[in-house]
Amino acid sequence: MNKPIALALLALLVVAPFFVYPSFLMTALCFALFACAFNLLIGYVGLLSFGHAAYFGGAAYITAHVVKVWGWTPELGILAGVVVAAFLGLIFGSLAIRRQGIYFAMITLALSQMLYFFAVQAPFTHGEDGIQAIPRRHLFGLIDLSDSLTMYYFVAVIFLIGFAIIYRTIHSPFGQILKAIRENEPRAVSLGYDVDRFKLMAFVLSTALCGLAGGTKALVSQIASLTDVHWAMSGEVVLITLVGGIGTVLGPVVGAFIVIAMQNYLAEWGEWVLVIQGVIFVVIVMSLRRGVVGELVALWERRKPSAAGAEAKAQAAH
Amino acid sequence: MQRMKQLMSAAAMVALLAAPAAAQVSDDVVKLGVMNDQSGLYADITGPGSVVAARMAVEDFGGKVLGKPIEVVFADHQNKPDIGVNVARQWIDTQQVDAMVDVPTSSVALAVQEVTRQKNRVFLMSGPASSDLTGKACSETGIHWTYDTYALANGTGKALVKQGGDTWFFLTSDYAFGHALERDTAKFVTDGGGKVLGVVRHPLNTADFSSFLLQAQASKAKVIGLANAGGDTINSIKQAAEFGVVAGGQRLAGLLVFINDVHALGLKTAQGLVVTSAFYWDLNDDTRAFAKRFMEKHKGMVPSMIQAGVYGEVMHYLKAVQAAGTDEAKAVAKKMKELPINDFMTKNGSIRQDGRVIRNMYLLQVKKPEESKAKYDYYKVLATIPGNEAFRPMAEGGCPLVKG
Repeated sequence: MNKPIALALLALLVVAPFFVYPSFLMTALCFALFACAFNLLIGYVGLLSFGHAAYFGGAAYITAHVVKVWGWTPELGILAGVVVAAFLGLIFGSLAIRRQGIYFAMITLALSQMLYFFAVQAPFTHGEDGIQAIPRRHLFGLIDLSDSLTMYYFVAVIFLIGFAIIYRTIHSPFGQILKAIRENEPRAVSLGYDVDRFKLMAFVLSTALCGLAGGTKALVSQIASLTDVHWAMSGEVVLITLVGGIGTVLGPVVGAFIVIAMQNYLAEWGEWVLVIQGVIFVVIVMSLRRGVVGELVALWERRKPSAAGAEAKAQAAH
Repeated sequence: MQRMKQLMSAAAMVALLAAPAAAQVSDDVVKLGVMNDQSGLYADITGPGSVVAARMAVEDFGGKVLGKPIEVVFADHQNKPDIGVNVARQWIDTQQVDAMVDVPTSSVALAVQEVTRQKNRVFLMSGPASSDLTGKACSETGIHWTYDTYALANGTGKALVKQGGDTWFFLTSDYAFGHALERDTAKFVTDGGGKVLGVVRHPLNTADFSSFLLQAQASKAKVIGLANAGGDTINSIKQAAEFGVVAGGQRLAGLLVFINDVHALGLKTAQGLVVTSAFYWDLNDDTRAFAKRFMEKHKGMVPSMIQAGVYGEVMHYLKAVQAAGTDEAKAVAKKMKELPINDFMTKNGSIRQDGRVIRNMYLLQVKKPEESKAKYDYYKVLATIPGNEAFRPMAEGGCPLVKG
């Protein structure tokens, strides 16, 4: 990403809570991180998981439980969520990556539905009621997070950490191999890469980051409920990523802000939100194939054909 | 920043103390947020009808309190606690909502109770049923207006045990409301010398009750207690008829049945059901007058007790704001508890320290088709349960606000 854009976005992140309702920003950031983690799989490894709600919601429940019932501090609570999500990812992932395409998607969906019904029945999740009134407590036992501005900066830092991990992963040799797998799996195999191992590593990394987003969201909204583990949540993250642009670094972030803003500010229209969401989804799929950010990037490159061409040539030469 | 805030709130406190007589309305508007199920299985008994009732109360009050306009906003929580919490917080933070109204679905209400407690807003509950809202989850600013699971159990449950229904099997909606209703009813059954043979819990908003009903049938219990509500009750009663549950000698006890449910079921299926309610439109001239006005404004639909309760609680809230001279939640809640309640559905009602409204409840029975003379002429009154007997004694609720 080029530097001026990065700095401008960072500045925006710092001043935003003074102009926009912080709770909305925090929710959007959690979903942005969730979508970025999902994008790591679909955009860079080419794996369409349809069960990411399991890790998001699973981590939300774990964080909620250890913070509310066991009295852990928020950072330990979120960490517990991440560990559990990564562990779930390891189990689910090692089963699912043996298949490809639609079969992969179906296996992830089936496994996440198992977790959903577990959440419906398990006593500690309180079924339909969810875990309510989760205290935010003190960060490191020192900083009071009940103030929404403090909480916002805590969430922003978590988002930046997660985002940095993803950015670093994509631009590392490891990320290059992932992209190679996405483009041509047999060729990656023929080059001597243990493709399954790379896929599993990417899967676990993605689920751990989903856990980070889910655990944080539980503290933001102070409730962990069935909505977070429902399959519709898995669909929502697909929608967010599609709207923003699959396989772009910033796409999921933009997508998350668009979708969450719609849900938030159109809430008074009731069920119509879903209809409006559906229409926007169709419009984007039909006319903005690459998503909002994807189209912008394409436009940018079309405007500067010579520079882009030179770059492409330079890349080809490598 | 924190320091500054403390200073400012301290300054505000001093200002408040210095001028207690001046009328205080925050943000120059008194805003009521009606939150309920606008489109799902509870939409008929709460939903848009509750919004109509709230607007009627505002209109009858004159549209203004302490010289400031009164506004009503509404939202759909889709029976999901997470949506309820988000909407409540956003209303309070960005739209200056002073009181939350209705909020059926106990799981959502319990979550909203926490938000209103944290943010110091009045919570006027008409829709939710769980008796925990004035028990262990009670709040200084939470008023539980219309009914609760204890009163339902006390009415219907007790009456059926007295009639010889001494073995029970529960079909329970699997969330806070169902659990509370089952618990409260089971207590009356065992206290009356009866026995609970078993329980099966179904998810909220279920379409297919066959496996649950078969279990209930196999239990051979004399009474099958339906600890559910709205669309779930309608579906379970309809499907029970298909399975021949009643024909097989077992009795169905709809522990929370609304007149709208009876309407949906039809008298042929619903006849004989014993129902506990805080309101029936055909009780006296006052209730008939309210129902007539309500039906004119709401597509000819009869008001449920929840919708009638919304009118009452909004009216009482506005009176209390007027009397207290402020819309600050704790002061208003205190005033609400001081003032007696008198309206078309509540005569000489009062509000206890734990937030429970004390009023008469009615034990009603659904008429046979041939007994019904007009549209919505569905109930006959079996008994009036006086307020001091209908609700759980304050000491037994475990509300932390109640001392001693």
